[in-house]
Amino acid sequence: MDVLNVEYMLGLVPVLLRYLPLTLQLAGVGMVLALILACLFAVVRVLRIPVLNQLTIVFISFFRGTPLLVQLFLFYYGLPQLVSALTVIDGITATIMGLTMHFSAYMAESIRAAIIGVDRSQTEAALSIGMTNGQLMRRIVLPQATRVALPTLMNYFIDMIKATSLAFTLGVTELMGATQKEAAGSFLYFEAFIVAAVMYWIVVELLSKLQGYLEIRLNRAYSR
Amino acid sequence: MIKLESLSKHFGGTVVLDGIDLAIEKGEIVVIIGPSGTGKSTLLRCLNFLEQPTAGKMTVGDLTVDVNRASRADILSMRRRTAFVFQNYALFSNKTALQNIAERLLVVDRWPRDKAYQRAREILEQIGLADKADAYPAAMSGGQQQRVGIGRAMATGAEVILFDEPTSSLDPEWVEEVLGLMKQLASERQTMMVVTHEMSFARDVADRVLFIDGGRIVEQGPPGEIFFNPKDPRTRDFLKKILATNPV
Repeated sequence: MDVLNVEYMLGLVPVLLRYLPLTLQLAGVGMVLALILACLFAVVRVLRIPVLNQLTIVFISFFRGTPLLVQLFLFYYGLPQLVSALTVIDGITATIMGLTMHFSAYMAESIRAAIIGVDRSQTEAALSIGMTNGQLMRRIVLPQATRVALPTLMNYFIDMIKATSLAFTLGVTELMGATQKEAAGSFLYFEAFIVAAVMYWIVVELLSKLQGYLEIRLNRAYSR
Repeated sequence: MIKLESLSKHFGGTVVLDGIDLAIEKGEIVVIIGPSGTGKSTLLRCLNFLEQPTAGKMTVGDLTVDVNRASRADILSMRRRTAFVFQNYALFSNKTALQNIAERLLVVDRWPRDKAYQRAREILEQIGLADKADAYPAAMSGGQQQRVGIGRAMATGAEVILFDEPTSSLDPEWVEEVLGLMKQLASERQTMMVVTHEMSFARDVADRVLFIDGGRIVEQGPPGEIFFNPKDPRTRDFLKKILATNPV
């Protein structure tokens, strides 16, 4: 056996690249939905809105306390059994649901911490010029909290991109699923998964670059 | 134009303001002095509803509220008639000097952007910081930040500006420029209530000095009377201590 079948690997790149958009789509849609949900949860928790606050606490506890794979199986195999209208839930939908709920639970807590971390004097100054609670959240508190939460949120995004690979267990042919199929056909497992690994790695590296750029932008107001 | 009737504030079981009655004319400059922890700051904070008073009535301009029956709209409306200058400046750290001043006009008064920024530039000119329009608070000295804080209060067009120890956090080198700006406002007959330990400012600028102790107005009058002929022994005692370190 040769050490590595480089020719096979090079040939595999364009084949696997066709499945990268689906992976990015799963992560992108999941991230946007998770962010929206997490912001709502965080505001509910900070303002301690009755009933919603307790429900949010239970939700966060469950989705942080159970494995993502179990949650995906619950949505994919379990939901149709419960709700007859969902006799078929496709793997892509189930994956996005799972990623959204799982990661929103984590992100809600870091957004909440960032909001609480904004100095009380900022809120008082906003109230003193006659802003409403909504205005002061939107104009003063959330922009300052974003800067604090950004590094952790980007970390979750990176984690989510890699977590999309679990979708292959629901029969979704994204990057991981496609690699699995290719490898099963050629028996060149090492080559195939190395190509897939490098693809994930490059995507994550590009994101880290974006994060660095965003941090510089958001820190502009705070440098002397 | 400002009237407080039996205004009181309790924190738990502690009485911080014990039935304050006070009337202030338009254009009057009132300086409030007294030992720390006697309710001076709380009085200003109640007027701006940064603290919810426990009982009493407040009038600013044509708005009178019974503090126990104040609706959310009353509170907002009272805040918009009073402007606040904080001891620690409390500039919005994500906004430039210009944006800090324009924020009220843009968000609360809903002025178009051009008009709000133009007004904010005029104010920057008045406070002598036209060249700092695009500077963020982190890049300004304490004195500059507090002048922007005063500029932000000026932009509100409020009936009264409340100054809560505006020079207490400043390094000594910046105190004069802030007091200078306050004197300039006073000469334009901006109604002001100032809590401060700067006794020479009180003597030179105030129309009336209030001495507060134990949540009550113990004594009030023109600065000459309070500083040189105080009647209450508590006033005399306080002035003796403070003038030893901070001479008039």
